[in-house]
Amino acid sequence: MNAAPTPAPGMFDCRDSYVRTLEALAGEDRRIVAVVNDSVGSSKLGKFREMFPDQLVNVGIAEQNMVGVGAGLANGGKVPFVSGAACFLTARALEQIKADVAYSKANVKLCGISSGVAYGELGATHHSIEDLAWLRAMRELTVIVPCDPSETAAAIRAAAAMDGPVFIRISRMPVPELDHSAPFAIGRAERMREGGDITIIATGTLVYRALAAAAILDRQGIAARVINMATITPLDEEAVVDAARETGAILTAEEHVVRGGLGGAVAEIVATRHPVPMRILGFDGFQPTGSAEWLMERAGLTSDGIARSALDLLAQRGT
Amino acid sequence: MLQNSAAARQADREQLIHSLRRHATWMRRRSIQMVFEAGQGHPGGDLSAIDILATLYFGILRYDPKEPNDPMRDRFVMSKGHCTGALYTALAGAGYFPEEELTTYLKPDSLLNGHPNRTYLPGVETNTGPLGHGLPVSVGIAIAGQIDAADYRTFVLTGDGELQEGSMWEAAMLAGHRKLDKLTAIVDRNRLQQGASTEETNALEPLADKWRAFGWEVIELDGHDHAALFDTLGAPAAGKPRCVIAHTVKGQGVSYMRDQAGWHHGVPSPDQYSQALAELVLEEPLA
Repeated sequence: MNAAPTPAPGMFDCRDSYVRTLEALAGEDRRIVAVVNDSVGSSKLGKFREMFPDQLVNVGIAEQNMVGVGAGLANGGKVPFVSGAACFLTARALEQIKADVAYSKANVKLCGISSGVAYGELGATHHSIEDLAWLRAMRELTVIVPCDPSETAAAIRAAAAMDGPVFIRISRMPVPELDHSAPFAIGRAERMREGGDITIIATGTLVYRALAAAAILDRQGIAARVINMATITPLDEEAVVDAARETGAILTAEEHVVRGGLGGAVAEIVATRHPVPMRILGFDGFQPTGSAEWLMERAGLTSDGIARSALDLLAQRGT
Repeated sequence: MLQNSAAARQADREQLIHSLRRHATWMRRRSIQMVFEAGQGHPGGDLSAIDILATLYFGILRYDPKEPNDPMRDRFVMSKGHCTGALYTALAGAGYFPEEELTTYLKPDSLLNGHPNRTYLPGVETNTGPLGHGLPVSVGIAIAGQIDAADYRTFVLTGDGELQEGSMWEAAMLAGHRKLDKLTAIVDRNRLQQGASTEETNALEPLADKWRAFGWEVIELDGHDHAALFDTLGAPAAGKPRCVIAHTVKGQGVSYMRDQAGWHHGVPSPDQYSQALAELVLEEPLA
């Protein structure tokens, strides 16, 4: 694996928040077990291993077994946090996630690390930009995509507190800590900026970029509402319907392909409950090699790109 | 309260073996009735596995059907999840649910799904059906027990064809590495998979050597010999996981089904059904 870039001042790698939270939880509750596929380093669990050697299970490079073992640990009364690179965890072990975890309602927490295009240069095998689509197809699996360090910590704690299967998508792309209007709750969208002209619904690493895009639009006299959709399943449908009804246009933004992720989830609600013009911003398929930031820029997943798409959408709507 | 195999062992051994045989005959009759009435099922594999399940549920496992989630229970995982005729008759016989429930087998919205579902039925540890899942989950259960130094045991029954799934060997490798000596994997070695023999399809032999190479103790026995099953499955741990290769016959107990790949998911005609019941004589009803 390539090394993660050192975050600029004021920017954070959410893996740090993830492991600090897991270390704290593991000390409070000995049922917490980290399960890894030789990914102690990439999951930043080295200190966890030193602190709680009996609460770390390393299965080696074997993702199917890792998820099955996680389900077994849950059967034995543990609260396993199964942690591996999102691309391998979700794709290689998809049937285990379906049968052993989601369908069995096993109390397993799946942590997809370095999701999206974080491994930019390593190419499409290592990008995880399809995971939300295949996991979102299972209503029985809670899917959370935190946007910053504090939301990552809150999501890990909420997942540990809930009895049931959860997938948490944990990026290593640097993000700032954001001002939250309400404490994180599974299934609740967070309105991070008010606005009546258009709504930008973003998730994960796109939330701060969406807020910056809203500031750009504001300078052009456009009031954009920004919603942080941290929970993809169960989706906060009312927040989507309210946005459609009150702002009349919805732009979604995610570090994921444009098929079946956040945009798909929002479109299902908009199309069936309150149709309004929409645009889905994301990747259009397998991505070439290149830095993560270059790939994001190329797909328009920057504050400028989001603002531009919002203007296009508004032009299309005819306002 | 957990019912204990130790208590069972205190009873007269011969009497116990006799009782295992009767339980197995009852399970065979009842499972064939289920397949006949439902018009589908996997009778060949049910019949090859029934003596193993009868020995586990009525001689070896510690469990309380009233407390199916007792943390100290022994676990049984049915990795070959398609053989629900064997599993459901064992669970009904063990008291997890009323026997009458078996008449709903495969009917719309029945708790007795074509493959076992733990959220429907008490006593099912994990949902199986796709092959290659039961051993990894069982290894996870055994690791939880190892971390807690708990004394419960975990048993998993796998098909032999199922060992063509790579995930089984990922799990076998980890179990050997961690010396999970409270884990027993039983291979239902009937040598037939859905379409043909395992050896023609993708040979498993030398199977015992493979398990040994992965760090397991291996014991081979006749999977229809209740006394051998009872003694081996109840034997004390040997410092490593145990693999019991149970040599079985697909369709065992019904003459026309014996060793026939076609009965993997065949359904008996009314005449065949009568013949099967006539061959499977239960001398006296089960208490």
